[in-house]
Amino acid sequence: MTTQPSTPPRQSIFLTLARFREVGISIFIVLLMIIVSLRSPNFLSLENFRDILLNISILAIVALAQTMVIITRGIDLSVGSMIGLVAMMVSFVVTENQAMSPWLALLLGMAIGFGLGCFNGFIITAGGVPPIIATLGTLSIYRGTVFLYSQGTWVNAFEMPQSFKLLAKGTPLGLPNLVIFALVIAAIIYYFLNYTRPGRDIYAVGSNPDAAKVAGIRVQRIIFMVYVISGVLCGLAGVLWASRFEAAQTNTALGFELQTVAASVVGGVNIFGGSGTVSGVLLGALLLGIINNALTLIRISPFWQLAAQGALILLAVIVDSVILRRLQQTLSVRKTA
Amino acid sequence: MTDHILLMSNISKSFAGVHALRGVSFDLYPGEVHALLGENGAGKSTLIKIITGVHQPDSGEITLNGQQIHLANPLESRQLGIAAIYQEPSLFPDLDIAENIFVGRQPTRAGGQVAWSDMYREASKLLDSLGVHLEPRTKARHLSVAQQQMVEIARALSVQAKILIMDEPTSSLTLAEVDDLFRIVRQLRQAGTAIVFISHRLEELFELADRVTVLRDGAYVDTKLISAVTTDSLIQMMVGRQLADLFPKLAVEAGEVVLQVEGLSRDGAFQDVSFELHRGEILGMAGLVGAGRTDVARAIFGVDAISGGTIKINGQPVTITGPQKAMQLGLAYVPEDRQHHGLILPMRISYNITLPILSEFAKQGWLDTDQEQQSAAASATQMEVKAAGLWQRVRELSGGNQQKVVLAKWLATKPRILILDEPTRGIDVGTKAAVHGLMSELAAQGMAILMISSELPEILGMSDRILVMREGRLTGHFSRAEATQEKIMLAATQAVEQV
Repeated sequence: MTTQPSTPPRQSIFLTLARFREVGISIFIVLLMIIVSLRSPNFLSLENFRDILLNISILAIVALAQTMVIITRGIDLSVGSMIGLVAMMVSFVVTENQAMSPWLALLLGMAIGFGLGCFNGFIITAGGVPPIIATLGTLSIYRGTVFLYSQGTWVNAFEMPQSFKLLAKGTPLGLPNLVIFALVIAAIIYYFLNYTRPGRDIYAVGSNPDAAKVAGIRVQRIIFMVYVISGVLCGLAGVLWASRFEAAQTNTALGFELQTVAASVVGGVNIFGGSGTVSGVLLGALLLGIINNALTLIRISPFWQLAAQGALILLAVIVDSVILRRLQQTLSVRKTA
Repeated sequence: MTDHILLMSNISKSFAGVHALRGVSFDLYPGEVHALLGENGAGKSTLIKIITGVHQPDSGEITLNGQQIHLANPLESRQLGIAAIYQEPSLFPDLDIAENIFVGRQPTRAGGQVAWSDMYREASKLLDSLGVHLEPRTKARHLSVAQQQMVEIARALSVQAKILIMDEPTSSLTLAEVDDLFRIVRQLRQAGTAIVFISHRLEELFELADRVTVLRDGAYVDTKLISAVTTDSLIQMMVGRQLADLFPKLAVEAGEVVLQVEGLSRDGAFQDVSFELHRGEILGMAGLVGAGRTDVARAIFGVDAISGGTIKINGQPVTITGPQKAMQLGLAYVPEDRQHHGLILPMRISYNITLPILSEFAKQGWLDTDQEQQSAAASATQMEVKAAGLWQRVRELSGGNQQKVVLAKWLATKPRILILDEPTRGIDVGTKAAVHGLMSELAAQGMAILMISSELPEILGMSDRILVMREGRLTGHFSRAEATQEKIMLAATQAVEQV
């Protein structure tokens, strides 16, 4: 075979594709879908897909927030508590003000989330507390506030105004609003992370904090910012959660933080910071949604579901990291003269 | 020549009472390559860090383009057109080449949208102007060290750096890569950039530099045109101090060979290292930082795998699979970086000392703590560790006492062969003398000691024989009688023909 040194070597489509981080998880999703649809034809119905999308929309929004935090080498464990607190507070407000616009409720939720996120960011940047500790603390504080605020009661569906319940479920655009929300948020975050300086700074800070400082990036400000963004998106997610489930309980979104971390990591976000993509995280959330859905559809015993879910997540990550990353390494073409 | 671009006069800086720089002066013209030369610890790095704004001088003046300036942080220095490239490049591994060049100041369109196409075009232009063929979309993590340096140079060009500082840029490059780098440096000089160049390879200075400034022990020695100096005169300037007679090495009759290393190699670290170590002998290993001495020690102790060669202990060929095996064979290794490799800082003194020999006190899986305490106390007393008690956390001890704990820990294993890596770095003079005294005593008792040290007086004062390494190879072998600072420095800095 003759080689032409000046032109890059030709690659098959597969190899070109394999350079993108999202390929591994996509293959895994397709394989899983084939297997499940063989066992349960219902799986491939439109209605089932609508279900899956509805189920993962909130997860996708919060996982994207979590991703931004993880890219800066941090973690936000308080997301579940923030969602629970916002859901509870906003539900109380709309119950007492039945005529209130659901959009106003949404803004209120985001404003509360903004405050909670600022508090997280403040402890981490000004207080110098490691993110995992800081948000572990606020996880309990915010959840405790849910109890204080609600006095242990909860808000039921019949107490909520109809307009509020339609915020998540209405389908004026064909798809449920909730799914639209998730898509719009994902698009905004995609633009933010790829086409704005603060977005790029998030990657720089996570990739090499010292070099970022020398490059003139205000590292602490960027870190503060990601926790605020996380708070605002959790505020949004809290309102949508209350609207979708037509209830606000003291245990709303309890343990949700782990699902958001799982979706991020399965979606190829490096837990040590520096890298992660919106498309990857969306696929990660989709995979988690499909796994949950499939385990019910193919009638895995509920006793086994949690363990099976965990095993599948690990399998997805292993497939991705072991096989594809190795492939990527051999493919990382060094063009040198 | 034209006017100075940078003038530093009477710069002094001390850290915790220790003088790093005393009244040092340095000047720089546009379009020159000015080499900065000195032994390890001579103050080069501190001077560089003052120019780049990392440290602020205690006294002295800095003038840039005729204006007195005060650099409070690296950002200010960068904004004034000072860029630095360090031995270890500091890029963003997850970002691509173009973004690494423009990070923090990416070109944007109206509305603040990052203009990726502009960025790639500009990056390509910069790389082309350097004659480097790299795809700007490649992530920095996939680049070699040399390629990463090229990206850093491109970054410096993109901010129109007037002063470029290169701190040992060639130390991890291949010969071809060095040629490439030099071509670019000359090109920059042609364009009027002032370059501060640090390298321990003297032949490189003769090839590249216009002037050279020598520092020694934090003090300014002289600045000369490179045409006015020779290798010998430079070395004389670097080491020209009197040997303090601080070293109490007892004369010991060397015994039989206990450690014999033949053709030892580890890919990428060192090649073909052969030597013998005798009973009762202190064998000094000199060389510059990064010459591969620590790698040899780690390989002998089984921390890193070797790729070739043999090790014999007491004449028996051995395969050292790991530190555990090395300890069984009577080896002990006291690493250079005691904070990271030598001690567990939050743990108390006694536990640190007994760590390698815990199994001696284990009875059916339970530790005999009384016996452990006794053993630790005996070692600590021998080493004269000064502490409130053996329960004290190692973190709370001074550097000198920490080093004594490390030594006590390894002596507790009752080794026959002791490898010491920079045994007195960063400890005060008194403790230094105590460590030296102990080493001498141990040798007199028949222990074989391999001592790695970058301090020439220590090497000359303590060693019975001296090996010199340079870039992964042994380049010199001297007896105590024939060794001089000049000979060692020459072997450490310039390739000596070896066939």
